[in-house]
Amino acid sequence: MDMLRFATAGSVDDGKSTLIGRLLFDSKSIFEDQLAAVERTSAARGEEFTNLALLTDGLRAEREQGITIDVAYRYFATPRRKFIIADTPGHIQYTRNMVTGASTADLAIILVDARKGILEQSRRHAFLATLLRVPHLVVAINKMDLVDYDEAVYERIVAEFTEFAAGLDAADLTFIPISALHGDNVIERSPNMPWYEGPSLLHLLEHVHIASDRNLVDVRFPVQYVIRDEGRGYAGQIAGGVLRPGDEVVHLPSGSATTVERIDGPAGPVEEAFAPMSVALRLAGDIDISRGDLIARPGDRPRAVQDVDATVCWMAPGRTLTAGSKLLVKHTTRTASAEVADLAYRLDVNTLRRDETATELGLNEIGRVSLRADRPLFVDDYARNRRTGGFILVDAETAETVAAGMISPNG
Amino acid sequence: MLTLSQLDVLEAEAIHIIREVAAEFERPVLLFSGGKDSIVMLRLAERAFRPAPIPFPVMHVDTGHNFPEVIECRDRLVAELGVRLVVASVQDSIDAGRVVEETGRRASRNRLQTTTLLDAIEEHGFDAAFGGARRDEEKARAKERMVSFRDEFGQWDPKNQRPELWNLFNTRIRRGEHVRVFPLSNWTELDVWDYVRRAELELPSIYYAHTRRVFERDGMLLADISHARRGEDEPAYEATVRYRTVGDASCTGAVESAAATPDAVIEEIAATRITERGQTRADDRTSEAAMEDRKKEGYF
Repeated sequence: MDMLRFATAGSVDDGKSTLIGRLLFDSKSIFEDQLAAVERTSAARGEEFTNLALLTDGLRAEREQGITIDVAYRYFATPRRKFIIADTPGHIQYTRNMVTGASTADLAIILVDARKGILEQSRRHAFLATLLRVPHLVVAINKMDLVDYDEAVYERIVAEFTEFAAGLDAADLTFIPISALHGDNVIERSPNMPWYEGPSLLHLLEHVHIASDRNLVDVRFPVQYVIRDEGRGYAGQIAGGVLRPGDEVVHLPSGSATTVERIDGPAGPVEEAFAPMSVALRLAGDIDISRGDLIARPGDRPRAVQDVDATVCWMAPGRTLTAGSKLLVKHTTRTASAEVADLAYRLDVNTLRRDETATELGLNEIGRVSLRADRPLFVDDYARNRRTGGFILVDAETAETVAAGMISPNG
Repeated sequence: MLTLSQLDVLEAEAIHIIREVAAEFERPVLLFSGGKDSIVMLRLAERAFRPAPIPFPVMHVDTGHNFPEVIECRDRLVAELGVRLVVASVQDSIDAGRVVEETGRRASRNRLQTTTLLDAIEEHGFDAAFGGARRDEEKARAKERMVSFRDEFGQWDPKNQRPELWNLFNTRIRRGEHVRVFPLSNWTELDVWDYVRRAELELPSIYYAHTRRVFERDGMLLADISHARRGEDEPAYEATVRYRTVGDASCTGAVESAAATPDAVIEEIAATRITERGQTRADDRTSEAAMEDRKKEGYF
């Protein structure tokens, strides 16, 4: 059995919680005591129906105020797959939460209300999923029951979204007409929409091909920890490519060539290693290798750069990013000091317009920056490899995580 | 071909986090209760660093209300792996006047553990504490980060958590602060048992069906031991039970079960309609936010 991580985007009004509730309920992943607790809270709040949104509202403030504050993770499994849902709330801190949830997602579900069509927020969700390079995008056109299961309504939304997505360089894009409330096309194909010939949502989640979404081409092994015993083992999680004993590799930053002698997985030696395996490499010869270094192939190295162009999402409340901001950049297993050399523009996530006159980024704002690091980072374009193309920025004083960054081509 | 099972992916993620914390913190410690999750954690730590020894000690916060089978299993594992065991005793905290024992039939040392834990973290200067908590266990835990920040008072602020992206963790703290680290965040109860079966982990025998004198309280089966303070209106009887979770013996319930092997337990869990904490933990039942409130104070 393999595992699929997906993020759901949308607000309570779109029926997101109803959809998640239905996926969990129909896969028997809601337990009796959880349901009883939700029923009690629902009744105490005077709601006439059992509010399944309460299942994902874990904190007291969320239940009291009827809002979702933070990303919640939910788990369910079918005989084919295990699923991890990153449920990202629609109202507060939306961009920050969605960026976080999407960073590890194989797939994102964007919910659209069939009555309302494509709204500004649908565009924003699609843009963020694309920015984070979520490989598969599913637009679930919900509440089809409220438009009489009308094919014309569905087709109109599909056409509009497709046109918008063409400008986004969006990933694999699928549309499904559903009614989360009634279960149409959620678990089973619905007899109410015979004109729809695609799979149900769950069928799609169970069968979408994710194995080739990883980079299995460019060998990237950031050294995380040096295990010292009779020899030395270089431990870390493979970020790209496939490594086998006997492979010629190069160590960065030294540029020294060496050979992989042995690869140890969690349960013993393995014959091949690929993302996202955590392994330890034994290398021939005596090279001085430490945490933060990187192992690649001699003919296929990442860029070693101190100047990095990247799209960043600013996540810190109460302060801003400006040219001259001094921060720590954590990229793979390497941490460097960095200064923001330039803020090229701020991006309006609703209109995708670039504001080149912007001088700062505030909370939940996205922009293009140039960073200057005090030591080389071994980077790839984020589009080529999410692990060697993504970084976080940390404020050295307050120790907060203040931004997420995606490295741009030639940056 | 070049694919991994869900268990392989979860194991790789957990080992990545354990190594990251060992690399970035000066004094990590692994919180070890002797329960199944902490036994999985200990095995993952062993796999993360072998053939070198685990580079941090393990700590047991001991309420004094233990199942003997659990202590026996703890001591055997610690000896096998050659790790240092630190025992932080709730009884010592009571004797030193740091906490006051609850009274009455439902008195529990559950809440008192928080003080003992925080005192021990401060005394030993630990800056990172690994725990075996999982997000599927409880709804406040579903919102917690894998590397979760604690302020100088050991408190958790759920509304001000550090965003976690990709496999990058912000490990920066100031003096006196620490982090709690949950490498099993994305595991479910079933994943843990699948792993126990695959890695052939030895668990305390009470996880499997056995005969025990029990009595009913609040819809749970409690062991008839002195710490449970069974009342005269709570008749004891013999039953075939097993434990789904292992905590303080005075407030952890058993479930009626004939499952005597990992295979049988997996079959049982796959069919169950009640969560493990809902079925077996009196400590979570005091209110809707019982876990959230304890966690804010510094609980596990």
